[in-house]
Amino acid sequence: MVPPSPLRLHATALEMRLDVPSDLNVVGDAVQLVASRLPAGTLSPRRVSFNFRTALAEALSNAIRHGAGEDPARVVRVRVELGRDAVRIHVTDDGGGYDRTRLPDPTRPENLEREDGRGMFVIRHLVDDVAFNAKGNGICLTLRAG
Amino acid sequence: MSFSVKKDKSGVVVVGVDGQLIVGNRQELKQKVLDALEGGGRKFVVDFVKTGYIDSSGLGVLVSLSKKIREQGGELRLAGLNEDLQTLFELTKLDTLFAITKTADEALAAF
Repeated sequence: MVPPSPLRLHATALEMRLDVPSDLNVVGDAVQLVASRLPAGTLSPRRVSFNFRTALAEALSNAIRHGAGEDPARVVRVRVELGRDAVRIHVTDDGGGYDRTRLPDPTRPENLEREDGRGMFVIRHLVDDVAFNAKGNGICLTLRAG
Repeated sequence: MSFSVKKDKSGVVVVGVDGQLIVGNRQELKQKVLDALEGGGRKFVVDFVKTGYIDSSGLGVLVSLSKKIREQGGELRLAGLNEDLQTLFELTKLDTLFAITKTADEALAAF
């Protein structure tokens, strides 16, 4: 029997909110839940199915791994702003924040065979804008309409 | 189920990825491939024809598996990437690490 999902999505016409336990095994379900409830219109189905899902999965795994220490008792908060001009994904953890702006380029020959270190690079190519809060424990990803 | 594993008549191990390859299921893929490697498999194709998205952890596990397979004298090939996934491999330059074909049949024929 499948255990009940710990995920409860709160949705209005303007935004969706979801608290995600800090557990990497929940990332896929959380992404599926949010993407499946995203209203049609602002983003094309193709951008929802690839850009939105991948960017949200990356931001969630970063927050769970680096912010909330993979401790399932802690929570990572997702808020998705639903605008006509753009969809904005906010992912915030309860950690102390860290600097995600000075990361090695994963496409350099010496980094190409590394298993990790591609998360932020991938995010930057999937969305139109990336912003961090001052503390460094929150990221906002903007996908413009289209 | 996220992954299917089958061996073709010439012994190539074909792994199908259903849905997504991400942080939550990459260990399952890794274990399945490593088990097949331990069982003597040397030629591998990962077929993404039924895959919607791959995150950076998924890319990382493919890099790591490819390295392990090469160390054993084998090869890991990729097939069935849609246009967006192909772009992901190109922008991360991982298309230079893997032989990528449009279909699993093409990958099998090229071994």
